[in-house]
Amino acid sequence: MSVITDPPQQGFRISQLLYDTRYRSMTIQIIALIGFLVAFGWLINNTLANLAALGKPLGFGFLWEPAGYDINQRLIEYNSQMSNARAALVGVLNTLLVAVLGCIAATILGVLIGVLRLSKNWLVSRLMTVYIEGFRNVPVLLWILMAMAIFIEIFPQPRDFRGEDPVATMKIFETVAVTNRGVYLPGPIMNAGSGVVVAAFIASLVAIFFFGKWAKARQEQTGQILPTFWIKLGILIIPSMLIFFIMGKPIGMEVPAIKGFNFAGGIYMRNSLIALWLALSLYTAAFIAETVRSGIMAVSKGQTEAAAALGLRPARTMNLVVLPQALRVIIPPMISQYLNLTKNSSLAIAVGYMDVTGTLGGITLNQTGREMECLIILMAIYLTISLIISGVMNWYNERVKLQER
Amino acid sequence: MKKSTFIGTVAAATLAAGFAAAGTLDEVKAKGFLQCGVSTGLAGFSNADANGEWNGFDVAFCRAVAAAVLGDSTAVKFTPTTGKTRFTALASGEIDILARNTTWTFSRDVDLKFSFVGVNYYDGQGFMVPKALGVSSAKDLDTATVCIQTGTTTELNLADFFRSNNISYEPVPIETNAEAQAQYLAGACDVYTTDASGLAATRATFENPGDHIVLPEIISKEPLGPLVRHGDDQWADIARWTLNALITAEELGITSANIKDAAMSAGDNPEINRLLGTEGNLGEMLGLSADWAANAVAAGGNYGEIFERHIGEKTAIGIARGLNAQWTNGGLLYSPPFR
Repeated sequence: MSVITDPPQQGFRISQLLYDTRYRSMTIQIIALIGFLVAFGWLINNTLANLAALGKPLGFGFLWEPAGYDINQRLIEYNSQMSNARAALVGVLNTLLVAVLGCIAATILGVLIGVLRLSKNWLVSRLMTVYIEGFRNVPVLLWILMAMAIFIEIFPQPRDFRGEDPVATMKIFETVAVTNRGVYLPGPIMNAGSGVVVAAFIASLVAIFFFGKWAKARQEQTGQILPTFWIKLGILIIPSMLIFFIMGKPIGMEVPAIKGFNFAGGIYMRNSLIALWLALSLYTAAFIAETVRSGIMAVSKGQTEAAAALGLRPARTMNLVVLPQALRVIIPPMISQYLNLTKNSSLAIAVGYMDVTGTLGGITLNQTGREMECLIILMAIYLTISLIISGVMNWYNERVKLQER
Repeated sequence: MKKSTFIGTVAAATLAAGFAAAGTLDEVKAKGFLQCGVSTGLAGFSNADANGEWNGFDVAFCRAVAAAVLGDSTAVKFTPTTGKTRFTALASGEIDILARNTTWTFSRDVDLKFSFVGVNYYDGQGFMVPKALGVSSAKDLDTATVCIQTGTTTELNLADFFRSNNISYEPVPIETNAEAQAQYLAGACDVYTTDASGLAATRATFENPGDHIVLPEIISKEPLGPLVRHGDDQWADIARWTLNALITAEELGITSANIKDAAMSAGDNPEINRLLGTEGNLGEMLGLSADWAANAVAAGGNYGEIFERHIGEKTAIGIARGLNAQWTNGGLLYSPPFR
């Protein structure tokens, strides 16, 4: 054993900051940080000084002034007398609506296409290849514009539904009107007593959840598999239907009817929403399909073969063996696909969909002339939405990832 | 240690870049051309032809300013702007002047810090509908779907009009005139609303203009005029008095046909002499050459000639002078005197 002697004690000298490896990296980092802060401060200072010189000092008071314009798609109460902030909120909700709808549709389509691309059927797998290469190699703006153009040109105008012998008729038992302004769907009318039906439906959902847990526990104990799908479907439908009829059909259906220049009643999905939703979903689905394919292919072939050797059928092998393992590879890139879809939704203005870029970053910006303020808020909003999405997805990723002990 | 210590000194560059207040006139003269903001395409007002040559009522004003400042009506570069991008383009200095059927309003003048140099077209917002709808008044438009160009005063007028008449509508915001046209013609909106002059111009480009009518209601005052940035009074004066020169030239009967002779030597009418620089030194006061106004009028004719050539009754657009006639003919055009 060698004796460790303390190095001779020396006082700290300023030159050590540069020539002593213990301190050098720290010194460089601090200098870089100061440089960065100075550059950043200069940019902000410069911006403020120039805005002030233009006679437009930074100020957010305009947010509380009346917006003065109308918005067609409103998920919350809004009229032109309400504030710019309210108009921005309406826009945020519209952004979230198309983002959520888009993420759901893109995931379903993407998983389906990704799995089908691996199909042993030559035609199916080639068709999926064509789909993927077609969609992901054309800018999404073009898909959005094309979806809108097709929508406007091929579907009939509302006034074609008029008269004794109309040019166009409503679809599906005369309940759905497909026009070039959008799709009018029948909507529910809640009469007295409908709350009971809704409550019964929610209770059924809870029951399904607990039944699933019970069935799984039973299977693990006894090895017997219940036909859970059919039982769950039964629980979902039968009690709610029974109560619906017992209560005397409290939920009616409102069929859209032509009134004035447009259809009224029911649920109206605007052409801009559908075009944007469709284009974003189809485009993002192509990327998700590739992610899914890579995830599935990352699962070792031995796993499938082992499952087959145990006698599992191909569908069960996919659901129980391959997909759970593939998910670990799929989730992280999926997060960025969701983020992309949400950010791409800001192309909405191309089809006149009033998302937050259209309200706050469009009309409000233009009518008030507050470019800098509007863009700062807009960026903060998108940043917040994106951080929330990746936060949620990271939490989910933590849950499905391999538990290492 | 002998070696000197190393101390990084970072100069805090907190110099705010001084706002360059160099005159726009000097800048334009230095670069040799005028950068003029126009619309992305509105027949009669500003439209690029197949060769990329810009033409129209607003374009002619830009050419007159270029002729007054640089003596060359072709020394203009045009920047197409949408309703949304136009003010940013002007405020940032990307363009020297904006002539894009822009409505003169209080907030644009005061809050957005622009100087409107006058009115070159008195307009009002109207509605166009297909004849087949059988609508005769804008008040019959309850529940209608309305196409609007976003980022314009029409958006706010529309909200006010429908609110004050207590009728509902569905706005469809659209970025450019061309897109609005496509949606309107396909029937995705029942009504297209914008300034009446814009409606007339758009209707003229339709295959069957007769199938569409402009409703009688004019729901707003839309004085359209060229504008420049606040803070450069000399440049604003040049733009203002170029416009006035075109109007005065019509009033005094100076046309592109007789301008050469009139500008050659002083005549009997002292105001014509002052205008065309054969008498007095008005050009010098503006910082321009003596024949600035003569050049401006020679570029495309006087106000009346420009009007008739691009949007007048003999063109496809076919707008009557109406409010835009000289005050002597019962219109609103009234230029201050050249004195």
